Amino acid sequence: MTAYLKLDHIDKVFARGGDVTEVLREVSLDVARGEYISIIGHSGCGKSTLLNIVAGLTPATTGGVILEGRQVDGPGPDRAVVFQNHSLLPWLSVYDNVRLAVDKVFSGVKSRAERHDWTLHNLELVQMIHAKDKRPAEISGGMKQRVGIARALAMEPKVLLLDEPFGALDALTRAHLQDSVMQIHAAIGNTVLMITHDVDEAVLLSDRIVMMTNGPSARIGEVLDVELPRPRRRLDLVTDPTYLACREAVLKFLYERHRFVEAA
Amino acid sequence: MSLTALKSETPAPPKKAATGGAAGAKVVRLVFPARPAAAPGRFATLGHSLAVTTVPPLVVLMLLLGVWELLCAGPGATLPPPSSIWQDSYDLIVDPFFVNGPQDIGLGWRVLVSLQRVAIGFGLAAAVGVMLGVLIGQSVWAMRGLDPIFQVLRTVPPLAWLPIALAAFRDSNPSAIFVIFITAIWPVIINTAVGVRNIPQDYRNVAQVLRLNPFEFFAKIMLPAAAPYIFTGLRIGVGLSWLAIVAAEMLTGGVGIGFFIWDAWNSSRLSDIIVALVYIGVVGFVLDRLVAGIGAFVTRGTAA
Repeated sequence: MTAYLKLDHIDKVFARGGDVTEVLREVSLDVARGEYISIIGHSGCGKSTLLNIVAGLTPATTGGVILEGRQVDGPGPDRAVVFQNHSLLPWLSVYDNVRLAVDKVFSGVKSRAERHDWTLHNLELVQMIHAKDKRPAEISGGMKQRVGIARALAMEPKVLLLDEPFGALDALTRAHLQDSVMQIHAAIGNTVLMITHDVDEAVLLSDRIVMMTNGPSARIGEVLDVELPRPRRRLDLVTDPTYLACREAVLKFLYERHRFVEAA
Repeated sequence: MSLTALKSETPAPPKKAATGGAAGAKVVRLVFPARPAAAPGRFATLGHSLAVTTVPPLVVLMLLLGVWELLCAGPGATLPPPSSIWQDSYDLIVDPFFVNGPQDIGLGWRVLVSLQRVAIGFGLAAAVGVMLGVLIGQSVWAMRGLDPIFQVLRTVPPLAWLPIALAAFRDSNPSAIFVIFITAIWPVIINTAVGVRNIPQDYRNVAQVLRLNPFEFFAKIMLPAAAPYIFTGLRIGVGLSWLAIVAAEMLTGGVGIGFFIWDAWNSSRLSDIIVALVYIGVVGFVLDRLVAGIGAFVTRGTAA
């Protein structure tokens, strides 16, 4: 059986001048359709590079990415990215930012009215319909990230790529957005690949957590199955033994076996 | 030009005095102690802010005219005082749009002729400059090839191009337009290139994920993202064109405001020259404000 999304022996080497840095070594991962995968690791371990390779924004040195049996050779809307710093276009309104993606992806498929409805539908999904005529500068950081998610969802991607999507947000807003992402994932069952450095976030949201060793030459250290039933509720999990065990496993991996020496 | 410089500088003294916060508020209030009581409400504040911006430059202008009058009133003065300018050039001052014959027309008409040349030359410079700037900003090889040449050419003074232009076009009007074009294009090219080079990688990533084609990328990402830089270049460019047109017209002749000054000098009409200088300064000021205003309107909201 072939996987829906397959990362196949990915190596990534950056060569600048005479310096050669191996960032990723032999990264292989099979992702099933509808699965929510988190990739966690210390900063600098190459997890963002890995996401960029899946997105097609950075080419892998050797190995490759196979999505639904076809090799990925560049960026495209079937692997929509939610960027860490939202990357909304500041001269377009919230609606127009999403509409730009909708128009581009569905130009030949949907009629004008359908594209309008689809844009509004996705804004509604992230509860941003009330601010559709505002510009990105006029809304909060959490709202911007919601719009970024709406824009990515509106492309109907086969895989949704989240690059530390909640990293720049305060704890309360982050929790709120995590709940939204969980609801959306439950509703449309999309396949998600998320980069994070937050252990609780990884355990709360993921079906599987991929733990990366420290760079250079980062590998996949362990893959942890999070066998918590869905829907998950933040408060119920606080005392849940499975949740705590998963949390402990990730923490032990990160801070006992692969301590980040250069930090501190 | 001197007039505009004065206007922009005169509000500075009250600002400097106001650095102390509370002390500054006192200074502003002391200027018109009776106003707020006489007409309270929004109308009063509007009139107050209008007065604050217009009264100081007017006062300084009156003072300068007075000094000028004193200095040039004597029998040995080389330049005419304001009072004799008013008498000598009365028709030029009060009616910009009179027509008494082919060469005896109001300064408004002359300014319009010059403005038409600037419009053509500057328009071409803006279009070509933005395109070349995009090329240099996008392509490393275009930058390596073209940038050194542009850096040398842009230092050539506008009038140095005129003989070449006259030889090439064999006519004064296209030559004047060419001088405008070649003067205004460099800041447009350079600022556009910087703007394009500074488009955040995030926007490029968004464009790649959406698979925007080059034309869509140009229209939807590049132009809006680089617009603040482009308008900086256009604003410098329009100022330079206005500087160049006067000089070029002095040499090429015709009906423009530049030739008028040269013609007035040859017939010793110093008063007319001074009136023309005021016209040129005011029009240059308006052009600068116009481009800045369009820029502010077009790029509103992009600074996020």
